[in-house]
This record gives sequence, structure tokens and C-alpha cells, in this order.
Amino acid sequence: MSDFAIEAHQLSRHFGMLKAIDNLDLKMPKQEIYGFLGPNGCGKTTAIRLLTGLLRPTSGEVNVLGFSLPKEAEKLRLKMGYMTQKFSLYEDLTVKENLNFLASIYNLDARSKTKRVNELLDIYRLTTKANQLTGSMSGGQKQRLALAGATIHKPELLFLDEPTSAVDPETRRAFWSQLFDLCDNGTTILVSTHYMDEAERCHKLAILESGIKRVDGSPEQLMKDMDATVIEISAGNHRETKQMLVALPEIISAAQLGTRLRVLVKKSVGEPITFIAQQLPYVSKEFIVVTRPSLEDVFVTCTGQSRE
Amino acid sequence: MLSRIFAIFLKELRQLRRDHMTFGMVVMIPLIQLLLFGYAINTNIRDIPVGVFDQSQTGLSRVLVQTVNATQVVKFQYQYESIQQAEKAIAKQEVRAVLIIPKDVSQRLARHPSVGLGSPPSSDQETSRPVAHWLVDGSDTMIAAAIKSLRGMPLAELLSKPANRNTPTFEVTLLYNPEQRTAVNIVPGLVAIILTMTMIMFTSAAIVRESERGNMEMLITTPVRPLELMIGKIIPYIFIGLVQVTIILGLGYFVFSVPLNGSLLSLATITLLFIASCLVLGLVISTISKNQLQAMQLTVFVLLPSILLSGFMFPYEGMPVVAQNIAEAFPATHFLRLVRGVVLREVDLSTMAFDIYWLLGFTLIGLIIASMRFKKNLD
Repeated sequence: MSDFAIEAHQLSRHFGMLKAIDNLDLKMPKQEIYGFLGPNGCGKTTAIRLLTGLLRPTSGEVNVLGFSLPKEAEKLRLKMGYMTQKFSLYEDLTVKENLNFLASIYNLDARSKTKRVNELLDIYRLTTKANQLTGSMSGGQKQRLALAGATIHKPELLFLDEPTSAVDPETRRAFWSQLFDLCDNGTTILVSTHYMDEAERCHKLAILESGIKRVDGSPEQLMKDMDATVIEISAGNHRETKQMLVALPEIISAAQLGTRLRVLVKKSVGEPITFIAQQLPYVSKEFIVVTRPSLEDVFVTCTGQSRE
Repeated sequence: MLSRIFAIFLKELRQLRRDHMTFGMVVMIPLIQLLLFGYAINTNIRDIPVGVFDQSQTGLSRVLVQTVNATQVVKFQYQYESIQQAEKAIAKQEVRAVLIIPKDVSQRLARHPSVGLGSPPSSDQETSRPVAHWLVDGSDTMIAAAIKSLRGMPLAELLSKPANRNTPTFEVTLLYNPEQRTAVNIVPGLVAIILTMTMIMFTSAAIVRESERGNMEMLITTPVRPLELMIGKIIPYIFIGLVQVTIILGLGYFVFSVPLNGSLLSLATITLLFIASCLVLGLVISTISKNQLQAMQLTVFVLLPSILLSGFMFPYEGMPVVAQNIAEAFPATHFLRLVRGVVLREVDLSTMAFDIYWLLGFTLIGLIIASMRFKKNLD
């Protein structure tokens, strides 16, 4: 048995002319949180559907928890949980009815069913909502219920497709602490997101764009290996400076952050501060500083060829 | 396996209980349709509106009109002055037929064989002359037939003579429905129609609805098997079907005095079989359609021939062979034979084994097709 929860080799899925996933190679270690970061429409959901066996690949191989997909998808189902992007439990059932339904579908016997459902209601703070109709709950409550439902059978592997896109930052923080609890208890988690702060919490992540994996690794590693230097300029007319800089081939992007202009300069430029200073003779050198890269910089560097 | 089926059954039941609209339809459809059809569908036609063009204007002609009126087949409402006027009246549907009484109605009547007052005795040509003439809108065959049935009306009482007691060529004994009430035939047939309508409709939406609401993506990532899902989904509706049958036959018994001759056990057996076959047909539709609208269109597509060809509207034996063969494909045709047999003629089910096996086979094959068509992926 391999050490990886998910291994994909040259995985592709085409919809007609559209290459939704193009030659994806993945190695996802066990008991870690792995993130798919990418803009909307980059193929995150398609990738997850391929890895759960919901879609058949056009070409390539996938092995999830030792099962070869899509052949052994049914065997995988008992060991995986999937939280869909759109809330997919029954809105016309109560919280408890939904959980009981899922518990029966996963063949929990009567006693362990009651125990597990009460346990989940407790963990996800839904005990007081147990008899409320799901349709009348808030986004955060629905999200907790969806996670409870996806983990009812204590899966080894959990897929979360943009789990926090409908909730506020506070709820998102709480949600992530629950994910780390699950991970500590041995669950491997694959989560897709388009939030940088969320991606930064992952142990490892892959940045996807147009169905292609641009880069993968731990967030720290990605920031370290980034093929750009981050420069912040805190003087001058940012609008003009920006327009002037982005026209240069050495500059990957320039974006205003409050009073500062954040500029990504290609690593091939040996002395980035000097280079920028040469371009901006009217800005004093003390206002041009190298700063620590963020995940967003990584994202922009490896996806934003045409991005400003 | 069983616990999963039960879980799906319980879930469907709960969703159904909270869906007041559907729940109301379960009761209201059979109730309203039964009353509508029970009263409106009537093949014994009475009181057809007709007019008269009386060219003779004699006492005799007026008595003739009254006698015809007394049959209750027609009702005289208008007088016309000319043939043209009469034809126009029929064209604009003021009346469905006009009785034209000729000037010489008295002579014709006198020479009529049933009166036999002609002197010298009437020749063949003269006896073949009828007393009066009906001008009928023949587009509706039922109305035309009703008026044609007046052709042999006895005329003796016109002349206050005792009715001539001719010995009929045939003696006719009407079994099972001696009073010839339409409801006796319609109500058991309605069981077939209403069940076809509601059962197929409920389940045809069953799978599509899960897809439309986004539940399907969750459901297919669970280990649930297609067959478990299909069986779990149809069981609640079997009970609903039984409730509807009870409403229809109960109302039929109390409101329309339709007898319940056969055993309740036979009735329950054939009804369960038919309900199952309709539900399974609905499931197959549900796995074919992409949304609820398509499911509804396909349901109507199946429903119409079921109603028209099953023998509910027209006698099966009277249809062309091609139509009969098509009708054989629909569960409603087989059930209609069975239910009329059990309810009206008290037949033993063993004599109708073919229809029973057919329904059973249809259900099993349909269940397999639905399960096979239901794919646990999103390709």
C-alpha cells in the first residue's frame, strides 16, 4: 500500500473541445490537508469529481486509497466523504433526519447510529437545531451540517469542494479548526478554494489554472521558490507608476494595496530595487523596499501571464 | 440492503408529508375526477336539442311531435318554416337535428304497416315511405346513433291503439349491468386511469427532482445501490395508490352504486401489481428525462394513449388490430380487464393469468431497466 492517499498520473478530462483537466499529476500524502487553489472555472470541481469517481477520465490513471478509479469507485465510497459545493442534503428534512438518513445509507446499526448522530450534533454545535428543517438554517449552520453528513461514517478521505464560499470569515475560522481536528484524527482532506487565506492553511496545495496544474508544494515552499521578487513602493502617483511598470517585460504584475504599490519583478532581474529605482527617477530609493511574498503573489506569478 | 431501502422509504415519506400540494393531490385527484367523470361521461344520450319543420300543421303532426318528445331521446326546442332554415339551424348548432313532417303525414300514417288502414292495401313502394324525415348533424356518431334508434319507434299509440306486441327476433339478457348505467363501467375504469395518472406522475419526477435540487451529487457518492434507491422510492407511493383505489371504489359504491362483486383479496392483488408497474414506468421516465418538465411531458405522452387505447373510452375489441397491439404495451389495458373482471364479474384471477403475469413481468423488467439506466456518475 502506498503512502499516498491519492495518486494521479497524466489525468485528463475533456468536455468536447474544452480541456477541463489537462495532464494532471498529483501525489497527495495521507493525513494532510491538501488544497486546490484556482479561480472559478479552473477545473477544481472537475478534478474532485474525477478523484471521487463521479466522472470518468478521458485518459490517465487515478488511484485513490489503493482503489483504481473509476473501476473500483463503489469500494471507495465507503471510505470517502464528499461535501459538495452546493448544499446537497435535503432541505425538507430536519437536521437529525438528514443525519439519520445518511447513517442508514452507510449501514450503521441502530445503536451506533444514535451514538454517532448525537456525537456529530455535539461536535458541530447542532444539538439545539436537531429538529429544525434544514432549509430554514443559515449558511454557516448548513455548512456544519454538510460536514457532519460527509464525516458520518468516519471516512479516511474527505473531499471538500469550496466549503466556505457561503460563510463569513468567523465561521470559516471555526470550520478550519474542525478540519484540523479531523486531520489530527487521521483523516486526509482535499479542499478546493479560491480564498488565499484558506489556501495558506493547507499543508500542501496545488495551483490550478485552465485545467493545468501550475505549481504545487507547501505554501511556505511555494513562496520561497517563487520566481519573482516582491517590491513595495510607497511614494509617487501609483496609477501612473503602475501603468508604466506593467508595460515592462521584467514586471509580472503591479497592484495597489492601500498607500502602497506591490510590484512583482522577475527573479531574472538581479538587482530589483536598483532596477525599479532606475525606472522611477522621481521616487526616492528609501520608498522602495523588498518585502515577504504572500500566497497571492505566488498565485499571480504562476497564473497571471496575462493578468495585470 | 433492507435497512437502506427502509431509510430511503422513510425519507420519501417525510418529504411527502411536508409537501402539502402533492399530499393534497393524492386525495383530490381521485375525488374530483371520479365525480366529474362519473356524472359527465354518459353514453346513454338524452334530451338532444332538436327542432321541427311541420309542413302539415295538423293535430296528428302535433301528436307525433309529442310522442317523439316523450321518448326523452330528443327535446323539441324550435319551430322552422323551411328546409333552408332548418339546415342553417343545424349548421350553427342551434339544434342537432330537425324533424321534417311532410304535408301528407296523415295519409302516410294511415298506410303505415303498423296502422294498416290503407285501402286498397298499400303497395310495396308506398309502405316503404316513412311517416316523417329526420335531418341530423351526423358529425357526432353518438348523437346520430341515438336519433337513428328512433327509426323503429312504435306508432300505434299515436292512434290510441294498443301497442302491437311483436315478438322480437332475439331475446337479450344483460348481465352485470342490467340497467345499463354508464357509471358501472366507468368507475372501475377510472381506477386504471387515475392510478396511471398519479402514479406515473409522482415517480417520474422522483429521480429528476433529486438532480435538480442538487441532492443527487451527494447521493451518488454514498454506497447506496441503484436498485435500493429505486425500491425505496416506490414503496411509499404503493400505499398512496391503495388509498386512491379505496377512495375511488368507495365513492363509486356509495355515490354511483357500483357493485363490488369480487373478493377484496383479488382486488388488492391486481391493484398492487398495477400500482407497481405504473411506479416503475414513472421511474424509467425519471431516469430518461433531464428535468421535471421533460418528465411531465413524457408522462402525458404515456398517459394519453393509456386513456384512449386501454378500453376505458372505447371497447378494446372494437379497435383496429394495430391499435390493439399498441394498447397491449400499456399496463392500463391489462389492469382495466382485470379490474372490470374482478369488480363487476367476480372472475377468478386464475382465468386472467395472462394479464397478471404481464403486469408482473412489466414491473420486474422496468425495475431492472430503471436501475441500469441510473448511473452513479455524472458523465
